[in-house]
Amino acid sequence: MGLLLATALILSYIESLIPFFFGVPGMKLGLPNMAIVMALYMFGWKEAIVINVFRIVISGFLFGNMYGILFSLSGAVISFIAMLIIKSTDRFSMTGTSIIGGVFHNIAQILVAAFVVKTSGIIYYMPVLIIAGVITGFINGTIASQVMAHIRRIIK
Amino acid sequence: MKYKKNDLILGALILVAALIIWGIMMMLSSKGSEVVVYEDGKELYRYSLSDNIRQEIISSAGVNVLIIENGECYLEDADCPDKLCVKQGKIGKIGESIVCLPHKVVITIEGEGGSEYDATAQ
Repeated sequence: MGLLLATALILSYIESLIPFFFGVPGMKLGLPNMAIVMALYMFGWKEAIVINVFRIVISGFLFGNMYGILFSLSGAVISFIAMLIIKSTDRFSMTGTSIIGGVFHNIAQILVAAFVVKTSGIIYYMPVLIIAGVITGFINGTIASQVMAHIRRIIK
Repeated sequence: MKYKKNDLILGALILVAALIIWGIMMMLSSKGSEVVVYEDGKELYRYSLSDNIRQEIISSAGVNVLIIENGECYLEDADCPDKLCVKQGKIGKIGESIVCLPHKVVITIEGEGGSEYDATAQ
């Protein structure tokens, strides 16, 4: 678990370094979600929540600010709930879970942003963010499941 | 570990749905005529998009420098920590916005008949 938390923190740091921005507020690569999805499948939802919360708070203090912590918590909570629901259906693999996580993370963030500025106009960017969520979720989920397969081999 | 078929179906469905909505929005969007600045949901300033101006938007949390030129507008500078609003680039079509979350400032392009969206959420 500590290893996954460290991984999530490193991924948060990498993400804060990459100027990934297509002119849309709230868009992120969601790299740390790789570690969260892995935690979810390796351990369970409780462990994944612990890693997620620690990840956000620690990376918030290290690379961001209080404001950023609250903002990313909102996205993380919604996307985590969505991922749990998808996982519990047992019809999807890690990639499907990760896609849903990415999509709902972005939806939640833009809704929070709209709420903070009290302007609904920015929901205009919702489709772009959903598309981005599918793409980043797919990539992250693919990498996460590959890594998982390797780890399982090593542990065995 | 291979993908399950459901993963690809799920991803493809969401992608197609979002692309269709986006495509329709792109087709319907036209050049705007007014630049409206909101702070915390309240209208602060309103400028014509055909003017060429450089204006400091002074809100309670800080300053953003708004530039309007050649029918487009963008933020040249801001004193917020992340400067994401500056990186959002130029906008000019109805409905497009630049958002500065730390300052709670939104700059939106509107058309002749006002915004096509309900401007304030509350």
